[in-house]
Amino acid sequence: MELIKDLPEIFEEFAEQRKNSFLAIKQLKENGVPIVGVFCTYLPQEIPAAMGAGVVGLCSTSDETIPDAEMDLPRNLCPLIKSSYGFAKTDKCPFFYFSDLVVGETTCDGKKKMYEYLADFKPVYVMELPNKQSEDGYEMYRREIIRFQKVLEEKFGVTITEEQIRHATKIRNQERVALKNLYGLMKLDPAPMLGMDLLNVLTGAQFKFNKEASAEELEAIAERIQAEYEEGKHLEKRPRILVTGSPIHGAASKVVKAIEDNGGVVVVFENCGGVKSVDELVDESNPDIYEALAKRYLNIGCSCMAPNPHRFTLLRELIKEYKVDAVVDVALQACHTYNVESIGVKRLVTEEFHLPFMSLEADYSSSDIGQLNTRMAAFIEML
Amino acid sequence: MRTLGIDSGSTTTKGVLMEDGKMIKYMLLPTTAKPAESIREIYNALYSPQVDKIVSTGYGRDLIKEADRKVTEITCHARGAAWLKGHIQAVIDIGGQDCKAILLDSNHQVMDFLMNDKCAAGTGRFIEMMMRTLEVPLENIDAFVADRTPANITSMCTVFAESEIVSLLAEEIEPGDIALGMIHAICRRTAYFARKMKLGGDIFFSGGLARYEIFRQTLEEYLQLPVHTHELSQYAGAIGAALIAMR
Ligand code: SF4
Ligand code: SF4
Repeated sequence: MELIKDLPEIFEEFAEQRKNSFLAIKQLKENGVPIVGVFCTYLPQEIPAAMGAGVVGLCSTSDETIPDAEMDLPRNLCPLIKSSYGFAKTDKCPFFYFSDLVVGETTCDGKKKMYEYLADFKPVYVMELPNKQSEDGYEMYRREIIRFQKVLEEKFGVTITEEQIRHATKIRNQERVALKNLYGLMKLDPAPMLGMDLLNVLTGAQFKFNKEASAEELEAIAERIQAEYEEGKHLEKRPRILVTGSPIHGAASKVVKAIEDNGGVVVVFENCGGVKSVDELVDESNPDIYEALAKRYLNIGCSCMAPNPHRFTLLRELIKEYKVDAVVDVALQACHTYNVESIGVKRLVTEEFHLPFMSLEADYSSSDIGQLNTRMAAFIEML
Repeated sequence: MRTLGIDSGSTTTKGVLMEDGKMIKYMLLPTTAKPAESIREIYNALYSPQVDKIVSTGYGRDLIKEADRKVTEITCHARGAAWLKGHIQAVIDIGGQDCKAILLDSNHQVMDFLMNDKCAAGTGRFIEMMMRTLEVPLENIDAFVADRTPANITSMCTVFAESEIVSLLAEEIEPGDIALGMIHAICRRTAYFARKMKLGGDIFFSGGLARYEIFRQTLEEYLQLPVHTHELSQYAGAIGAALIAMR
C-alpha cells in the first residue's frame, strides 16, 4: 500500500478515527450488516466477524455522560463504567445506537453488575469469563465461546461455519502482526515518535471495520516510520516510560500527555488496546479452533484474573525489550482490581528491576491537569 | 556566581538570592489572588543585573518569563531541605493546599515522592479554618494547646470537621482540647500517608505549619522518627531553586 499523506496527518486522522467511523457504521447498518457492540478485549471478535458482522468497541472514555449515569449508579464507581452506561442511557453513542446486540463478559464486579442494568436499553448478552487461567478455565471459556456462537446464530438467523471462523482468525492475526510491528518500532532508542501518536493509532485501528485494509495501512505506516527514522527523523533522547494499568485511551490519556509534555516519552503501553490485548496470536494450526481462541483470549493478563501471572510475565519482557527507564501504573478511580494489583507491579519494578515507579489514580475530568503535570515533571526530573 | 530562586506557592511567594552557595538575601510575601504580581514584587526586590541565573518553582512557576528554568517544587524542596539540614532522609511538607513527602538518597537526590493534592484535609487550609472557627489566631497555637488533652476527632474532611468543632464546643469541650485533637488528627494522617514510602532516618518538616513546635512534636510521635525543622524551612523551595540555578 502507498501512503500519500505525511505522518503527522496520518496520526491526526487516526486520532479522529472513532468519530470518522460514525458514518461508516451507519453505512454498514444501511447495507444490512449486523452490528455487535463489545466492551472488553476478552471477547473473541473472530466469532461475530465470522458471520460478517461489524464489531465495534463501546467502552466510553469521556466524562460527558457521567452525571446522567450517576443518577442510576454509585458515584464511586470506575469512570469507564459510568461513562459507558451514561452514553447508552442518553443514546449519545452512535455505536451503541446502531448495535443490534451488546456483549459483555463477567470481568470486574462493577462492569458485570452494570450489564444487568444496561439491558434496560439494549439486548445484552454476557459471556461468563473464568477468573483464572487454569485448565478448567480454558475448557469453560471454550464452551462459552461455542455458546456465544449459538446465540449469534439464533439471533441473526445464520449458521457460522468453522471455515468462516478460521478465515476471520487469519485476518485478525494479520492485523495483530501489523500492530505489533508498528508498536515494536518504539524499541528504537531514541524513540521514533511520541507515545501519544502511537496510542491514537492503536485506538483508531479498533474503529476500522475493514481489517484487511487496516492491516495493510498499518504496515505501510510502519515502513514509513522506519524509513524516516533511518533518515534521522526521530525524537531527541528522552526518558523512556512504560505505561500499564487500566485502559488509557480517551480522557485518561491526559496522563500520557502529562508525561510527554514534561520531557518523557511513553515507549510502550501494556494496557488494553496496547500490548496486553494484541501481543498473542491465535494458534491457527490448532485443529480445535475453539480451543485456540479460548487459550488466546483467556491468556490476556487483566487484573480481573486472580492471580494474574500473565501481566507480570509480560511486564518483565517489556521492561527489558523496550529499555524502559521508569514505569507508570495508572488505575482508573475506584477500579479495585488495578488499584490492588498496583502493589505487585511496584514490587516487580522496584525490587526486581530497581527502576523508579509511580502509581496514579485517574478519572476522566480535566480538573487535575495542573497537579498531574507537577507530579509527572517531578517524576521525570528524578530520572 | 549569583542566582535567584523564586518559589510561587499557593499561600506565600518566596525569593532567595544566593552567591556561591551562600544565602545573601531572602524575602516572603503572601500570594495574592494574582500570583504573578507577588512574583513580580519579589523579582523586583531581589533582581539585579549581577544575577546570572533564575529558577522558578511552585504552582506559579510558569508565570515568570525571566526564569531560565522551571523546576517542580518536589525537586527544589528536596534540594533546599538537604542544604539546610544535611543528614535528612526524607522531607514532609504540609503546604497550604497539599501535602507531600519526599524520599532522598544519600546524594540528596529525589528517590521517590508522594503528593496528596485531592482534598484540603490534612493541609494548612484545614488548620486555618479550624482556628477561625475557634476564634484563636494561628500564631498562638503552641500556647493555646499547651498541657491540653486531645479531643477525639473523627472526621478529617474540612467540610465535616467544621460542624464537628461546633458540636464539640456545644458539648462544652475545651477549645484547647479540640485544637489539639485536630493537630493529632492531621499529624496521624500525614504520618500514615508518608509511611507508604520506606522511611528510616531523619525527617525534615517544612511548610507553614513547621513554624509551630506542637506540629513537629506530634508528627515525631506518630512517625517514631526524629523530626527536624529549621527557621528558614519555608524557604526550602526557593533555596533549592537558587541552588539548582547554580549548575
Ligand atoms: S482492562 Fe480488563 S476488563 Fe477492561 S477491557 Fe481490558 S481485559 Fe477487559
Ligand atoms: S478500569 Fe477497572 S473497574 Fe473499570 S472497567 Fe476496567 S477493570 Fe473494571
